[in-house]
Amino acid sequence: MHILKLIFRNALRHKLRTALTILGITIAILAFGILRTLVSAWYSGVEASSSARLISRNSISLVFSLPLSYKEKIRQIPGVKGVSYAIWFNGTYISEKNFIPNFAVEPKTFLELYPEYVLPEDQKTAFIRDRKSAIAGRKVAERFQWKVGDTIILKGTIFPGAWEFVLRGIYYGAEKSADETQLFFHWNYLNERLKKTTPRRTDQTGVYIIGIDDPDQAAEISEAVDKTFKNSLAETLTETEKAFQMSFVTMTEAIVTVIQLVSFMVIIIIMAVVANTMAMTARERIGEYAIMKTLGFGGWHIATLILGESLIISTTGCVFGIILTFPTAEYFGKTMGSFFPVFKVSIITIFLDIAASFLVGMLAAVFPTWRAVNIQIADGLRKIG
Amino acid sequence: MTEIKQPIVEIRNLTKSYRRGIQVIPVLENINFDIPEGEFLALMGPSGSGKSTLLNLIAGIDKTDTGTVMVGGLDITSMTETELARWRATHVGFIFQFYNLIPVLTAFENVELPLLLTWLSRKERREHVEMALQMVGLADRMDHYPSQLSGGQQQRVAIARAIVTDPTVLVADEPTGDLDRVSAEEILELIARLNQEFGKTIIMVTHDPHAAERAHIIRKLEKGILNAHP
Repeated sequence: MHILKLIFRNALRHKLRTALTILGITIAILAFGILRTLVSAWYSGVEASSSARLISRNSISLVFSLPLSYKEKIRQIPGVKGVSYAIWFNGTYISEKNFIPNFAVEPKTFLELYPEYVLPEDQKTAFIRDRKSAIAGRKVAERFQWKVGDTIILKGTIFPGAWEFVLRGIYYGAEKSADETQLFFHWNYLNERLKKTTPRRTDQTGVYIIGIDDPDQAAEISEAVDKTFKNSLAETLTETEKAFQMSFVTMTEAIVTVIQLVSFMVIIIIMAVVANTMAMTARERIGEYAIMKTLGFGGWHIATLILGESLIISTTGCVFGIILTFPTAEYFGKTMGSFFPVFKVSIITIFLDIAASFLVGMLAAVFPTWRAVNIQIADGLRKIG
Repeated sequence: MTEIKQPIVEIRNLTKSYRRGIQVIPVLENINFDIPEGEFLALMGPSGSGKSTLLNLIAGIDKTDTGTVMVGGLDITSMTETELARWRATHVGFIFQFYNLIPVLTAFENVELPLLLTWLSRKERREHVEMALQMVGLADRMDHYPSQLSGGQQQRVAIARAIVTDPTVLVADEPTGDLDRVSAEEILELIARLNQEFGKTIIMVTHDPHAAERAHIIRKLEKGILNAHP
C-alpha cells in the first residue's frame, strides 16, 4: 500500500462530487482552449505574414485607391524584387451569409509573391491565361463543393453587377497558417468591365504588394516608396505585411481583450469550484488526518494527500478538456471558417491548458492543506465520533 | 519477594489548562505519578475530569503547560513536533473509542499504515501485518474494508494497527465505549492478553468500572486532580 493508492481511493470516495468537479474542470479547460484558439485565430493573418513583403496603400485610408501607374515607379526602387497589386472586391456568393474573402489581383506577379498559395502547374497556367478565371482556396472549394471548371457568380457590392468566373484552380496552403478560404480573380477583368460601366474607377488598385530582397531593409524601402509619392494626389503609406495585418486586429483589439479576460475568468471560476471541493473534502477528513498524525505521519504526508488528490482531479479534468478541445475546434473552424480561416489548436494552448490545470490543482489545495497540516491532533480527534 | 518494576512513564508536576477566549480553564493540576513497565493501568473519572487529556499528554499528542512527562527515559515535553511524530510512530500504539480506521483502506492496509513510516521492505511489512492480524484473530478478514466489519472486529483491527510496530506503550481511550457487551468483553480480553502474554504496558481510559477491573492499577481523576494511590 502506498500513499499514491490512498490518494486515488480518496479521490474516488465521493464519486459524484469528484465526477462533477472533473466535469467542471473539463468544461473550463475546453472553454479556455477554445477561447485561446479564437485569440490565435484572430492573429492568424499576422502570423501568416511574410517579412519579405510590404503593403503600400493610400495614406488617407484603405478605402481610397492608388493609381496603377505607381507600379513601375515602385519596381524601380532599389531593393524591390517584385510588385503586384490587388483590390478588395467584396462580392457575395448567392447570399450574404456565404462570406468569402475575394480580391481582384494581377495573377502572375501575385502568385510569384505568394508562394504559400500552391496550385498545380496546369491550373496555374490556366488561371494566368484566362482573364475570366478565378482560383479558390481548398477550404472554400470544399465548403461550396466547387470543382475546377465550375462557373461561379459573385454579386458585386463595391462594384455592382453579376460577375461570372470560371474556376481554373484550387490552391492549398504550403503552411498551416496559410489562408485557404479566399478567392482571387483577374484585376484586368474587373478593370475592363469598369471601363464600360464606370470609367472614372478604372486603372486603380487597392494595395500594392511589394516583394523585397532583404527583410532587414523593409523600413528603408517603405520610406523610399512613400517618399516617391510624396505630395502626389494619392500619397502612400507603406508598411510590412505584418504591420498591415496587425492594423486590422488593432481595430478589434477590445474584443480580443475581452475574450482573453473571459478565458482567464473561466480558470479563476473553476479554481474557486475546485477549492470549494477540496475544502469540503479536507474538512470531512480532518479527523482522519489527525489519526494519521497520531500514528506519526508528518505535515508533508498530509499535504501530499490533499495536494495529490487536488492535482489528480484537476489533471483528469485537464486531460478530458484537451481531448475534447480538438474536435470542438475542428467543428468551430468549419462553422466559422469564413471568419477564421485558420482555427487550429496550437501547442502553446495545450501547454497553457496544462499550466492552468496545474495552477488550479495547487492553489485550490493551499488553504485546506494549510488547515489540515496545522490542526492540533487533540482538536482533530475531537471532531470524530 | 515482590519484583520492583522500573517506571516506563514518569510524570512530574504536570499542569494543563485550556483557553476559551480570555477564560482559562484548568484541566489537570500538579499531576505526579509513575507507571511501571509492563503494567496495565486504568484511568477513571467522570466526564471532563481530564483523563483523556492526561492520556494525550502521555502519548505525546498534546502539550503540557508545565511539568514533564518521561516515557522510556525520554522527556517528551521537550521534543519538537517532528521529533514527537517520529517518537509516536515507534513508541506508542493508539486504540480509540471509535476505532478510527481509514474507511478506504482494507484491514490489512490499515494495519500496514504505521509501517509505511519504517524502513521495512514490502515483504517484511506483510509478515508484520499478518502476524498482528493473527494475534487479534482477524487473519481471514484482512481484505475486508472497515464497513464490512462489525464494531468489535474494527476495534480488533485498530488493536492490530496499534501493536504492529511493537510500541513501548499502548494507550487506549474508552476502547469499549462504542461496543456491545459481548464485543467489549472480547476487546478487554484481548487487551489483557497483550499485557499478560506480551508484557505490553497499557494505559486505558475508561468510565466503565467493569472494564477497569481488568487493569492492575486503577487511578481516578476528579476535576483535574489525581487521587492518592490506592
